Amino acid sequence: MRKTRFGTVAAMAAVAALALTSCGGSGDSEADGDKIRIGIKYDQPGLGFKDGDNYTGFDVDVAKYVASELGYTEDKIEFISAPSANRETMLQNNQVDMIFATYSITDERNKVVDFAGPYFVAGQDLLVPSDSDIAGPEDLDGKNLCSVTGSTSAQKVKDNYAQNTNLQELPGYAECTTQMSGGTIDAVTTDDIILAGLAAQPAYKGKFKVVGAPFTEENYGVGLPDGTDKCGDINAAITKMIESGEWQKALDKNTEGTGYKPNAETNPPTLSDSCA
Amino acid sequence: MSASILFDTPGPKARRRILAVNIVGALIALGIVAWIVLGLAAKDQMQPSQWDDFIEGSTWKNYLLPGLWNTTKAAVLGIIGSVIFGLIFGVGRLAQNKLINGISTVIVEFFRAVPVLLMIVFFNVFFSRSLQLSGDTAMWAVVAALIFYNGSVVAELVRSGVHNLPKGQREAGIAIGLTRGMSLRHIEIPQALVAMLPALIGQFVVILKDSALGYIISFNELLFFARTYSSPNGNVLQALIVAAAIFIIINFTLSKIAVIVSRRLSSRVKKEKNAPAGPAAAIVGAPAGLDVPAPQDPSDPKA
Amino acid sequence: MENYLSIFTEYDIPGAFWVNIQLTFWAAIGALVLGTILALLRISPVGSFQALGTSYVNLIRNTPLTIIILFCVLALYGQLGFVLSSDFQGNFFRLAVLGLAVYHAAFVCEAIRSGVNTVPLGQAEAARAIGLSFLPAARLVILPQAFRGAIVPLGNTLIALIKNSTVAAVGSVATESSSVMKTMIEFRADIVIPIFLTFAVGFVIIVIPVGLLTTWASKKLAVAR
Repeated sequence: MRKTRFGTVAAMAAVAALALTSCGGSGDSEADGDKIRIGIKYDQPGLGFKDGDNYTGFDVDVAKYVASELGYTEDKIEFISAPSANRETMLQNNQVDMIFATYSITDERNKVVDFAGPYFVAGQDLLVPSDSDIAGPEDLDGKNLCSVTGSTSAQKVKDNYAQNTNLQELPGYAECTTQMSGGTIDAVTTDDIILAGLAAQPAYKGKFKVVGAPFTEENYGVGLPDGTDKCGDINAAITKMIESGEWQKALDKNTEGTGYKPNAETNPPTLSDSCA
Repeated sequence: MSASILFDTPGPKARRRILAVNIVGALIALGIVAWIVLGLAAKDQMQPSQWDDFIEGSTWKNYLLPGLWNTTKAAVLGIIGSVIFGLIFGVGRLAQNKLINGISTVIVEFFRAVPVLLMIVFFNVFFSRSLQLSGDTAMWAVVAALIFYNGSVVAELVRSGVHNLPKGQREAGIAIGLTRGMSLRHIEIPQALVAMLPALIGQFVVILKDSALGYIISFNELLFFARTYSSPNGNVLQALIVAAAIFIIINFTLSKIAVIVSRRLSSRVKKEKNAPAGPAAAIVGAPAGLDVPAPQDPSDPKA
Repeated sequence: MENYLSIFTEYDIPGAFWVNIQLTFWAAIGALVLGTILALLRISPVGSFQALGTSYVNLIRNTPLTIIILFCVLALYGQLGFVLSSDFQGNFFRLAVLGLAVYHAAFVCEAIRSGVNTVPLGQAEAARAIGLSFLPAARLVILPQAFRGAIVPLGNTLIALIKNSTVAAVGSVATESSSVMKTMIEFRADIVIPIFLTFAVGFVIIVIPVGLLTTWASKKLAVAR
């Protein structure tokens, strides 16, 4: 009698576990052939952001344009969350077809995945309150600088520009901007376009500005599985987007109201023949 | 000893004094709440626009409920895995074979001593980079860490549950010709499991709370979604409070259920204790003299 | 092997553990003080005090520690301007200590209450019989025995606190061991398992003696009845 009851409980537990795992597997479903799976950031407002069933941001707009040039209408796109730590793995395991997720082209990454682009050249910059007189990383001595845990960008500022900077590390940029709106943080540092995307959010409109003196160069590329044949087509699509003015439109839309201008020397990027 | 025994039934004078102190206490409590609310208001954090987001259906549909679903999923997988892990190694620690016993002891003691966060951070990188698993590696990292830690705790529950059984249970099993293992499987562990139930529900609270650590590795759980939602809206603080409130409501309910279950179990035990000790008693319910563990073990303040 | 040993010169691993030990030390003191006050509130004859203690325990015990520490940094410091130290990094350390103390105080309170439950009724009655009122009775008679009866749950709380000190990572304490380990395994993907085992064993070495000490002390100090 007791034994059967435990049998039932165990069986129920097993069924529950199965049901849960089967639902959890939706992220790595194989493509339906006519669909394209694109990895983006879900939590980077202004670049890649999941707003309910809508996806917004500059990365998303470029991804949509490129996809349409490749022959995929918007309803054929499946967006998948691509956190920084998992990007190479997702491409290697064929979980996504391409990645638009503030993905800098580096030699290290190029060994395991392919890149098309760059579709944007970002640079490390500072986000400061609108009335701040900080004009560059040299002005940060004795000031409080925020960045996300595990990122090297804040340490770079401290090592190269201002030794007496106070560093605060928080789990996300959202927390950094909250701190800055509370007045305990003087500047946030990361790639300029990410900062512009944060500053463009309704809650912060007019409160923050991007300093506009980028001190590094990050080439945002389209991550592709190693040995892909799509690279040429994607580069052609990006070139077309830039020439048609759609690129500028997308950029303006996502950084509206922040007065942000990307580094004009490197933007819009000229696409070298990176597909080899 | 209940708290009320610490003082006599107050007389008229003491009652007046208690009333006065009571008012002071209430004022202190109100003062703390007011200090927080006014402080937040002074920093522009009490504007209705920052709070009313959380009574909108779309916020719940698109952020909080998906987050809660992931939190629940990780927690349920965690508790199921923990029970399986706990049964294997709990029984392992009861084994007479020195090797099995030793290995089980080392594993249980090891994983009870390692911080869950350390395991989460490790498994996240291990699953995604070293093993290159596909799927939601962040969730599996959280689930794995939860299973290893809480499974070890459950193993200890199983062991103490069996130890707390009256010796007669095993002796009776052996007397009717069962081996030690059969007696464990058919007689002792089923009873220990029933007695463990309240503690197991308490452990579910621990697991739910620990799953929030997944936030650090961007596991899309409740806290993560609350933060994602709030980042463009500039109400991170409000989102934290709402997320905390959801956790508190769920965990408080679970704790109460644990207390009720524990009370029902112990009342069953009591009934049997008072009943004439017949052989039937042991078959019907939990055996007499069975220690029912505390519902939510207060000594286990996991994150 | 040499590859593995290089992590010890590249990163300050003992230093990272030292940060956790310091976090634990200060938070333990804070939690013990606050937890004792809460326990007194909960066993006091005053209704509003009881309600205060009970709500504290129920609210804090059911909230994830992650949220509490984030709240200390983002709300207390970030929005309310609550500063505990003029040193920038020291401030986050102290805020993390505050968060840890607030969280574990709820468990200390429950541990002491369970200790109070081990004190026989006669002790309280005797205390009243010789004319002690609530506070002196608690201080001189009940609590000393309650602490001795609460050593095991208090020890378990201390062990949990040691492990939970890693959660200070969310509170911008980037020098404690889980943050250091995170950085290490991001950059040394070739030796992920040895790095994890190093830190894990470090915690085992700290935690197991505390457990043994607790068991020893609870036997040694048990009130003979």
